Amino acid sequence: MTWYPHRRIRAVPDGLLGPLGLLLCAGLLEAAPRLGLVPAAYLPPLSETAAALADEAAGGAFWSALADTLRGWGYGLAVAAAAGVGLGLVIGGAAPLRRVTASTIEFLRPIPSVALVPLAVLLYGTGQTSTLLLVVYASVWPVLLQVLAGVRDVDPVARDTAAGFRLSWWLRLRHLVWPTTLPFLMTGLRLAASVALILAVTAQLVIGAPGLGREIARAQAANAVDRMYALVVVTGLLGVAVNAGARALERRVLFWHASVRKEAAA
Amino acid sequence: MTTRARVSPPAALARRGRLEVEGLAKTYRGKRRTFEAVRDLTFTVEAGELACVVGPSGAGKTTLLRCIAGLLPPSAGAVRLGGEPVLAPPPGMAVVFQEYARSLFPWLTVAQNVELPLRQKKLPKAARHGLVERSLAAVGLADVPGAHPWQLSGGMQQRVAIARALAYEPDVLLMDEPFAAVDAQTRAELEDLTRSLWHELRMTVLFVTHDIDEAVYLGEQVLVLSASPTVVLDSVAVDLPARREQLATRALPRFAELRAEVFTLIQRAKTYHTAPPAGEARA
Amino acid sequence: MRMLAAGAVRLAYLLGLPAALIALWGAVTAGDRYLYYPPLDEIAAAFGETWFSARLADDVLPSLGRLAAGYSGAVLAGVALGVLLGSRPRLRALSEPALEFCRALPPPVLIPVLMLVAGIGDTMKITVIVTGAVWPVLLNTVQGVRSVDEILADTARCYGLTGAARLRRLVLPAASPAIVTGMRQALSIALILMVIGEMFASSSGLGFAIVQFQRGFAIPEMWSGIFLLGLVGFGLSLLFGLFESRVLGWYRGLRNARRGE
Repeated sequence: MTWYPHRRIRAVPDGLLGPLGLLLCAGLLEAAPRLGLVPAAYLPPLSETAAALADEAAGGAFWSALADTLRGWGYGLAVAAAAGVGLGLVIGGAAPLRRVTASTIEFLRPIPSVALVPLAVLLYGTGQTSTLLLVVYASVWPVLLQVLAGVRDVDPVARDTAAGFRLSWWLRLRHLVWPTTLPFLMTGLRLAASVALILAVTAQLVIGAPGLGREIARAQAANAVDRMYALVVVTGLLGVAVNAGARALERRVLFWHASVRKEAAA
Repeated sequence: MTTRARVSPPAALARRGRLEVEGLAKTYRGKRRTFEAVRDLTFTVEAGELACVVGPSGAGKTTLLRCIAGLLPPSAGAVRLGGEPVLAPPPGMAVVFQEYARSLFPWLTVAQNVELPLRQKKLPKAARHGLVERSLAAVGLADVPGAHPWQLSGGMQQRVAIARALAYEPDVLLMDEPFAAVDAQTRAELEDLTRSLWHELRMTVLFVTHDIDEAVYLGEQVLVLSASPTVVLDSVAVDLPARREQLATRALPRFAELRAEVFTLIQRAKTYHTAPPAGEARA
Repeated sequence: MRMLAAGAVRLAYLLGLPAALIALWGAVTAGDRYLYYPPLDEIAAAFGETWFSARLADDVLPSLGRLAAGYSGAVLAGVALGVLLGSRPRLRALSEPALEFCRALPPPVLIPVLMLVAGIGDTMKITVIVTGAVWPVLLNTVQGVRSVDEILADTARCYGLTGAARLRRLVLPAASPAIVTGMRQALSIALILMVIGEMFASSSGLGFAIVQFQRGFAIPEMWSGIFLLGLVGFGLSLLFGLFESRVLGWYRGLRNARRGE
């Protein structure tokens, strides 16, 4: 009846469980194809994937694909962040604007960004710009919505106080709206960063814009299974790095904010 | 206890509601340090008695209560309810926690909150509804069964928790500082409610509090705990009239005496471990 | 009278900008000036012809069926695994880095991988949706299960709620706000994966049809497909909003009550 899981396996200290789990996964990915549990044509042993990755890393094509992906991600995210923050501050700052745009935002936001794939191809072909269009459209929403939420969250008393002192628009923005919005913006950026990576890879995969996604599609078409897995692993690592980076940035920028301190303590 | 059903009701209750705590100890073992919360507790609450446990803050009162309720395994010693050892929350026990807002299920209505344990007991629907209605009426909440707990005031929420405990028809009711978080007026009302319900239903009640007045006003017996690591310092029998009334009872000279007695014990409790014989030396 | 006026103002706010945008599109594209931006009436006509035809049964409904199957699979798997991991700390610690990797993997890269194993049939497309959309549900469920209030859990134990009853009456309702948040994120991922799966490798479906139109330079039809996808997205988000307010009515009330204090 009573159940104390921590009493069962005491042998492994908590801190080592995560690495142990990774090792187990790696072992499984190596053993399953070798033992014939999974056909090697579907899943090559991990060591072969690693070897393929090493081969890739030795060639220049891989690095330029990686650079293309990062560029598509970075530029797209930068444009989306700038647009999201600008629009958010302007729309959020004026109640009538907020009301006018509410229904349009509500309608546009849930449109899946990949719906724009054919348009991107028509307009920009298989170039880098196609990737940018998709990345920007997809990642502007998290930023915009979070900034809007942040601006709305400004303490009404503080707002009245600022109005009472006749602070200029710029001063109010700088000292009142911006600090309140910053935590929201950071959340929006974190979400946008991973969405941007997804869409960058998608555009390359589906449209054939240069980058890791296109290389994966090519490897798959050429039946170079280990090479395909190697590239998939790279996109995953990229995703992990993006998440970790976004979290680190959030903690750095918001070290004074309660939610971050709480998260750190938990 | 297969013969339990054959015993006549009062005798059965007499046996079932007896709460014995023997040599109870609880030490929390962390990675770097161990903390001895409860050292050695032994006491008995007779069936149908209302006993209060009072001690200085940080006296391990909550640890004690969680051990008695079967929520926390003790490091040593035993808790017995009706002669049977408590290893997990026993079916004949209900608990009312201090944090009423966190002990009621926010997604259920008031009536559903009271009914949930009865469903678990597999009572038929008609019996469940009868019990829910009666216990809500008993705590004065007959008119809000469809509301959600968070729509009610703090005092009313605690009434819901009490109604839920009553509907469960427990042999023993544990109350962990149940009125510490409500305002003074509501608190007095809830104290009287507790007394009158106890009078009516005659179950065993163990009431944990840090408030000396409350302990003396409510209890038939007051157990005074030391500071942690906890031991029982003394047990004071409360010989006040059975029918108590906020103003009159608290104005009795005997009430003042008992209060002073418990207060003195508590003062001693605070320094019990730093200077063991300090009780005698105290001015 | 005043209510009527207020209603009119609300309506103007609601429809004003959309109407202006549509009018702008109409004005800019009138007279076939731009090759890739056909006039609205052409798109509207194409919309009717294209989608209220055999395509509805051949492309649209199968797409939505796969979406429904994949999404429900993702939700079920995510909640089940999430409850398991949420209630076993050591198991969670063991799997955390591996899960972190799986979550960070951009879901569309699974399409070529799964094509290898499952071909380009419905199985692949549904599996892609499941494997891509399961993560937000899983991680949010873990979070929700972990943060079940201690006092509430104690209360449930005191009243004999164990095993399946505990799961049904305590753990799942308590975790439901987090689960629903995860489900919302999963829904948009599932929709994206439905479309990509069909665009990348398929011979039917909404995504396939839109790409076909684009390749055949059937521009008004392509636009009508983009609008249809937009409508599907909007409709699903609307439905989800209804579902959310039904399931989490208590949660909103609770939060408002706490904020009022």
